[in-house]
Amino acid sequence: MIAILKKIASAIITIVVVSCLVFIAFSVIPGDPAVAKLGTQATPEKLEALRIKMGLNEPLLKRFVLWLSGIVRGDFSTSYSYSMSVNSLIAEKIPVTLILALYSLIIMIVISIPVAVFAARHKGDVIERTVTIINQVIMSIPPFFGGILISLVFGMTLKLFTPGAYVSYSKNLGAFLAYMFFPALALALPKAAMAVSLLYTSIVDELKKDYVRTAYSRGNSTKGVFYNHILKNACIPVITFLGMAIADMIAGSIVIEQVFSIPGLGRILLTSIQNRDYPVVEAIIVIIAALVILSNLLVDIMYRVIDPRVGRSNE
Amino acid sequence: MNKGKKNINLILGLILAGIAIIPALVGIFWTPYSTEAMDVSLKLSAPDMRHLLGCDNYGRDILSRLMAGSKITLIIGIGTVFFGCSIGTMVGALTGYYGGLIDNVLMRVNDVLFSFPSILLAMVFVSLTGAGNLQLVIALGIAFIPSYARVVRAEFIRNKNMDYVMAARLAGASNLRIIFVHILPNTIKVLVSSILIGFNNAVLAEAGLSFLGIGVKPPEASLGSMLSDAQTYLFSRPSMVVYPGVALILMILGIALISKEIK
Repeated sequence: MIAILKKIASAIITIVVVSCLVFIAFSVIPGDPAVAKLGTQATPEKLEALRIKMGLNEPLLKRFVLWLSGIVRGDFSTSYSYSMSVNSLIAEKIPVTLILALYSLIIMIVISIPVAVFAARHKGDVIERTVTIINQVIMSIPPFFGGILISLVFGMTLKLFTPGAYVSYSKNLGAFLAYMFFPALALALPKAAMAVSLLYTSIVDELKKDYVRTAYSRGNSTKGVFYNHILKNACIPVITFLGMAIADMIAGSIVIEQVFSIPGLGRILLTSIQNRDYPVVEAIIVIIAALVILSNLLVDIMYRVIDPRVGRSNE
Repeated sequence: MNKGKKNINLILGLILAGIAIIPALVGIFWTPYSTEAMDVSLKLSAPDMRHLLGCDNYGRDILSRLMAGSKITLIIGIGTVFFGCSIGTMVGALTGYYGGLIDNVLMRVNDVLFSFPSILLAMVFVSLTGAGNLQLVIALGIAFIPSYARVVRAEFIRNKNMDYVMAARLAGASNLRIIFVHILPNTIKVLVSSILIGFNNAVLAEAGLSFLGIGVKPPEASLGSMLSDAQTYLFSRPSMVVYPGVALILMILGIALISKEIK
């Protein structure tokens, strides 16, 4: 329990440190946001007025404290280029990206467990080797190219969906989920291939253990032994991979959103990077970092709950 | 049987990587056409004897752009690995060997960076420094420092109390000499495998960033930006998407197979 509290505290500290670094990084770069907004032709008086309005005249430390306290209250200051609060700009977009990442996580789990078990049951024959080869190839496909291929095959040839015809979740949840299946699949496939090879190795290791022989001798079916006995133990080493996979999926969704024209966090992050709209970039980076850190924390806690041996030696 | 299988993987990896890398190497010195010369009359033209893979939406020869794009990808991949690996090795060697407070602090920073997706980290750097090839190498290089530092640090911790290090210390070797002359060569075997994986990750990240339009600056060819151009013509010219995509897959698959064997 204490270990979990410690983990939570360290996650919070990490989020604060990351926000500090992000703020410092975007404060020291050359370039005046006021000039960027009004153009180089603006009069000095106007620039000065805007700087005061944007709070750029305050000392760095004060600006940082204001910014950080804003974040704690959930207020991410104002966008330079849209003249509206960052909150209202990104509020609707966070669920889109989050759903995409979760969706692909589910697809990854649903695909990888049966495939890994199937390959392990056929260890040493053609099926196992075929799975290994397909796995290796899928792992080498960049997710965005996978996305393009999926829209080519499922969208244009099989006409299962119309690439680019995104429907907002607030308008029609069913259509939204149906459309999001394909980008989620593109995001999930390379990770699923990795999960399969990890899980496969882990199952093969478990197969050698005594309890498997005992389970068979008690009259369990092969299927029963695999799903009820081996899988539980084989999953433990794979759980650490989940944390990394979630992080990669959140980051990967930025690219995949572009392929499937989904208006999520990635879209607005890209336009903001190109427009040098730093408050928006800062906010999105901090949010994504927090999501990554929190999902790692969750995985860590899950790991401890499932396998109580973990961390006991450290306490 | 295992030995034979190993060799098949290695040979296949070398062949696949070769198919992707040799045109890139040729592309450094020669391409059939200029990569930036546009000819509107050839816009989206089908492959023929003069333009083996046809032309793109600006009437530029796709084969030439493919060669030049692979070249840029290769150069940025190698540059990133060189940058990230040399700094990462330094950090890993010093922290692993000396330990103590600096080790604690640096490894904390490392853990944070490591759990942070590298493409996102690179995006932060690119938004700070602007797009460009050199910026891209530095951004990706920094993003990949932690992975090398981790590997090298673990090796140094494992090695530093071994007999041969003790012997060297008794013989009067200085700390720096022990680090660079005695321990470092022993970490190379482990490093090579992570260099190859790191190269693949760099290639993926570069292609991703260029696809998003914040990597290699157009009109310079890059596999990522070629894919993003081609996506617009997915319906009329699907093959335009296939060439750069397959080039990427061959390079990554080939290197992955080789690294699997070296492990």
